[in-house]
Amino acid sequence: MITKRIIPCLDVKDGRVVKGVNFLGLADVSSPVKLAEYYSKCGADELVFYDITASAEGRALFTDILRQVAERVFIPLTVGGGINTVADFDRVLKCGADKVSVNSGAIRNPDLIPAAAERYGSQCVVISADVKRVDGEFRVFSKGGREDTGMEAVGWIAKCVANGAGEVVLNSIDTDGVKGGFDLEMLDAVCEAVSVPVIASGGAGCVQDFVTLFKTLPKVDAGLAASIFHFGEVQIPDLKRALHQQGINVRLNKEDSIRD
Amino acid sequence: MIAIIDYGVGNLFSLAHSLKAVGAQAVVTGEAGVILSADRVILPGVGAFGDAAKKLRETGLDGVAKAVAARGTPIMGICLGMQLLLDKSFEFGEHDGLGLIPGEVRPISEVIPAGLKIPHIGWNALEVRKPHPIFRNVEPGDCVYFVHSYYGANCDESVIATAEYGAPLTAAVAKGNVCGCQFHPEKSGDVGLGILKAFCEWDGVESC
Repeated sequence: MITKRIIPCLDVKDGRVVKGVNFLGLADVSSPVKLAEYYSKCGADELVFYDITASAEGRALFTDILRQVAERVFIPLTVGGGINTVADFDRVLKCGADKVSVNSGAIRNPDLIPAAAERYGSQCVVISADVKRVDGEFRVFSKGGREDTGMEAVGWIAKCVANGAGEVVLNSIDTDGVKGGFDLEMLDAVCEAVSVPVIASGGAGCVQDFVTLFKTLPKVDAGLAASIFHFGEVQIPDLKRALHQQGINVRLNKEDSIRD
Repeated sequence: MIAIIDYGVGNLFSLAHSLKAVGAQAVVTGEAGVILSADRVILPGVGAFGDAAKKLRETGLDGVAKAVAARGTPIMGICLGMQLLLDKSFEFGEHDGLGLIPGEVRPISEVIPAGLKIPHIGWNALEVRKPHPIFRNVEPGDCVYFVHSYYGANCDESVIATAEYGAPLTAAVAKGNVCGCQFHPEKSGDVGLGILKAFCEWDGVESC
């Protein structure tokens, strides 16, 4: 059967990885290319690159970096950040991205998901939603989680899927950064509402949080995290082994490299 | 030299670079002469079968692919490219394929239990059904990356590998010098690179 995926997320600004990275034995820890190679070797099942640059120069630098990553790392690559138009999809897909995640762009422009899905296929379109509890309901937030859109989240995500999104990244603002575990209640609500893969994001603090995630919610397809991987608090090979020992189906590392 | 057939479908960036990573010389081309003189040929593809088959016909590259197969050159179809090798497809209507390997393309939903997500997307274990030179570097339990909603049905003896997803779905096919992978070797990490490397060394003779 399909394995549960483990996905490190890298925030990139002006061509460098930000949010702090602390690796032993890696000389240039803010090089997205070096980190991508490192994670791929560790057994990451996919990588997410989030472009948090605001300037046009930074954006050009980002696609250049993306191209360098795609030349050397042969696992699925998802790109997000600053995706507002079908032309933005085109820009990153040409540089080697396999999937493109949209967030604020889909909130601002409801036609973006259907247009992109028609052009590139649903498998290419990921809806990434930042969600927070407000007055007893789940609300969609925009602008990196700063602005309450007033929209109920589960219905909105289901609508994005109906419009052509092929995968959902659900980032719980309530659990993000707390390291107390994924937001199981919120994830459950979304999993019940959609039939496409759901990627859990926000809240992972240790290996056990991933075990709990996949044991409690078998419908969740993947776990995404950033800082716990970057700071080495959770090592992907250890995580994969622990999940495997708990009877969760994961892709285990192939020891020897086949590269020329 | 390996020719990757460019008929205007999909993104060939990763495929070209994955071949370079295993030490192969690869060229992305739509020129018949280059494809016909290549040592090996790859037929890629993403998207809908009907559109892709039409583009292949319009560019005349359907005939080129058949000529490549007829002269014994090793040829590999990847993802939709594998499906194009079969006789026909039932994706949005009925469309003819290249007919290089017996079989037809049908919706996964016809064979898997309700409740499983479609597309079949993610890493799944490759279950080798028949030893084949392209699997020379594959070990039991190795996983590869799939993204598809349709599968190769009735490929019978040509099935060389399957992946379990509520039913054994065709993961790879081969007949003579023609082979195809439903998964993306160029996105399947070192296992995928191992398959591409083995293809680059294959002389087109089916037996191991």
